[in-house]
Amino acid sequence: MQEEKLKKRQFLSAQVDLSKFNHAQFEKATEEEKQQQDVMGESTTFFKDGMRRLRKNPLAMGSIIVLLLIILTIIVAPSIVPYHYSEIISVNGKRDKSAANLGPFEYSKAEQKYMASSGEKLFPHILGTDSLSRDYFIRVIYGTRVSLSVGVVAAIMVLIIGLLYGSIAGYFGGRVDLIMMRIVDIIYSLPDMLIIILLSVVFNERLKPVIDKTILSVLGTNMISMFLVFGLLYWVSMARLIRGQILSIKNNEYVLAAKCIGTKNSRILRRHILPNCLSVIIITTALQVPSAIFTESYLSFLGLGVSAPLTSLGSLANDARAGMQSYPLRLVVPAVIICLIVLALNLLGDGLRDAFDSKLN
Amino acid sequence: MEKQNNLLEVSHLKQYFPVRKGLHKIPLKAVDDVSFTIRPGETLGLVGESGCGKTTVGRTLLRLYQPTGGRIVFDNEVLYDSGEQYDENGKLIVDADGKPVLGKKIDKDMLPYRKQMQMVFQDPYSSLNPRMTVEDIIGEPLDVHKLYSNRKERREKILSLMETVGLNAEHAMRYAHEFSGGQRQRIGIARALAVNPKFIVCDEPVSALDVSIQAQVVNMFEELQDKLGVAYLFIAHDLLVVHHISDRIAVMYLGKVVEIADADELNANPVHPYTLSLLSAVPIPDPETARKSQRIVLEGDVPSPLKMPSGCPFRTRCRYATEQCAAEMPPLKDRGNGHFCACWNK
Ligand SMILES: Nc1ncnc2c1ncn2[C@@H]1O[C@H](COP(=O)(O)OP(=O)(O)OP(=O)(O)O)[C@@H](O)[C@H]1O
Ligand code: SF4
Ligand SMILES: [Mg+2]
Repeated sequence: MQEEKLKKRQFLSAQVDLSKFNHAQFEKATEEEKQQQDVMGESTTFFKDGMRRLRKNPLAMGSIIVLLLIILTIIVAPSIVPYHYSEIISVNGKRDKSAANLGPFEYSKAEQKYMASSGEKLFPHILGTDSLSRDYFIRVIYGTRVSLSVGVVAAIMVLIIGLLYGSIAGYFGGRVDLIMMRIVDIIYSLPDMLIIILLSVVFNERLKPVIDKTILSVLGTNMISMFLVFGLLYWVSMARLIRGQILSIKNNEYVLAAKCIGTKNSRILRRHILPNCLSVIIITTALQVPSAIFTESYLSFLGLGVSAPLTSLGSLANDARAGMQSYPLRLVVPAVIICLIVLALNLLGDGLRDAFDSKLN
Repeated sequence: MEKQNNLLEVSHLKQYFPVRKGLHKIPLKAVDDVSFTIRPGETLGLVGESGCGKTTVGRTLLRLYQPTGGRIVFDNEVLYDSGEQYDENGKLIVDADGKPVLGKKIDKDMLPYRKQMQMVFQDPYSSLNPRMTVEDIIGEPLDVHKLYSNRKERREKILSLMETVGLNAEHAMRYAHEFSGGQRQRIGIARALAVNPKFIVCDEPVSALDVSIQAQVVNMFEELQDKLGVAYLFIAHDLLVVHHISDRIAVMYLGKVVEIADADELNANPVHPYTLSLLSAVPIPDPETARKSQRIVLEGDVPSPLKMPSGCPFRTRCRYATEQCAAEMPPLKDRGNGHFCACWNK
């Protein structure tokens, strides 16, 4: 009934005809009604909000599932499969010469004989064996382990260096920023693949005597020089990004307000600036992992990766190159796993960006 | 003789920002030779067009920017003195080469004074960290100055501050982005009050708010002043708001204070041509009076602070301008009743 009155207006007038209302309809709001106006929606933290959006993204969720499956496999498989990545297949304590280049789920002659005589069933070679009679499945598992850990460690290294460098340059600005960023520009302008190859070669020579007989020698000089290269070269884009973020966040009045309160620089960085670029940091780190895996594979493929008998997906693919025509599976499997990991991490990174970054814009 | 009574004395304050223009860096004179005083518990209104340097005055006197020159005295302690000396006519004393004669330079560590001087910011949206809860925002000054002995006391202080500014204590754990503009401004006020300051710079605290909420917030500022005895430097570009809350008003134009007087006095007898035009821009509620009154409409734009006119900054738009105005900057002269005005011809 009230609504009807509201709709009636004077001819050609946009104004509400107030004369039709009676006094009672214009009563002041009571305290209670004011309180009701004050009620706000459910409190959501920034994190919860982002997770909710992430869960709605099927590609990102699919990537998480794929990654979890891969991680679970590489953790569990070595304790189920009774072979070792560097072990040459042996039957009854004797080296099995006939076990080289087996196909998937194939047994060698010696193994078949052994199973027939003892009646015991041997664990199958899921992906067959390589030319040195090593179980290929377990080699792929270890290769994936190495590749993933290289990716994660490199990403963390890049994160730490880039974060420190970028936040100092961005927060202090002025001349400090100018000099620090020119250094970044120089590093950025170097052709990185060339530098990586050169550095790996140089480090290889120099590092060998240094790390000999230490724990590091397990990793091999190639691995260590690869980490050094990541540490030296790949942090620059992270540093640039974080500096840019900090420069824009620094101009917010809440940073000025914190200064006005008397907050120390370190606390302003920790409490006000870094939390506000956290989402960008996480996303970039997530995207750094596949790029490091890719570089590692690339270097391994060139023979500059991990040293034998340890393996990585890239060096597996490299080894398979020789027998590509006869045993294509050995090239396809590591290549597909590299693709899966890189794709899943990229999709996850994009999903994270969509879920968490929107509030910054 | 009045000196003893002043809480804050700002004299010859200058803030030049180096601005890159092509290859050169030229100074942008955002604040140029500004002087005023504020007594305890008093409100000084600061009005002027957008870009005339009001915010910069507030931030510089709180030492958020390093001043280019001048002297800041708070509670009879010199916080900053660039050492420049002035004669009784307000002229810089220079030696034979034209260089200023420098006295002792003073540049005190501000940390202890941050407890006594605070600021409420212009933009309620960017002045609160979106990743912090209200409790942490208001609690930060308490943390920094260690104003509590245990968590319980901290919480109690925060809740009582929220109550003081009219916020619902149940919202303490909420994030700043969940609040409306008016509520956010109240959070900002609570943060400023947390250290129990004697002086607050209020930088256009209501200009970003809805008109209906503006009145509430302005009234709250007045109530807080009655209750706590804080002094305000209340910045606004709206003369009506400033007149309502201020004891005295300073009018700024292009980085300079051109007129300063008691609020009622300024309203009744404005002297400076710029103040006259500001007052005539205030909307008059009664259409009959409005029709009769002569509006002074300013012609032209505000000159860029990079290309400051010589002499009186207002001369490019002033209808009383004479040759003298172009030659020399008029000094702030006493017109009686504590009314100062910088104009040659009025
Ligand atoms: N950090 C800075 N660097 C360079 N120039 C600045 C800086 N801060 C302010 N300015 C310049 O100084 C002048 C005065 O700015 P200020 O913010 O003090 O004006 P305002 O009176 O507060 O204006 P508004 O009413 O829009 O807030 C402007 O021309 C502005 O461009
Ligand atoms: S000094 Fe001259 S130009 Fe300046 S306001 Fe007065 S009359 Fe106008
Ligand atoms: Mg301003």
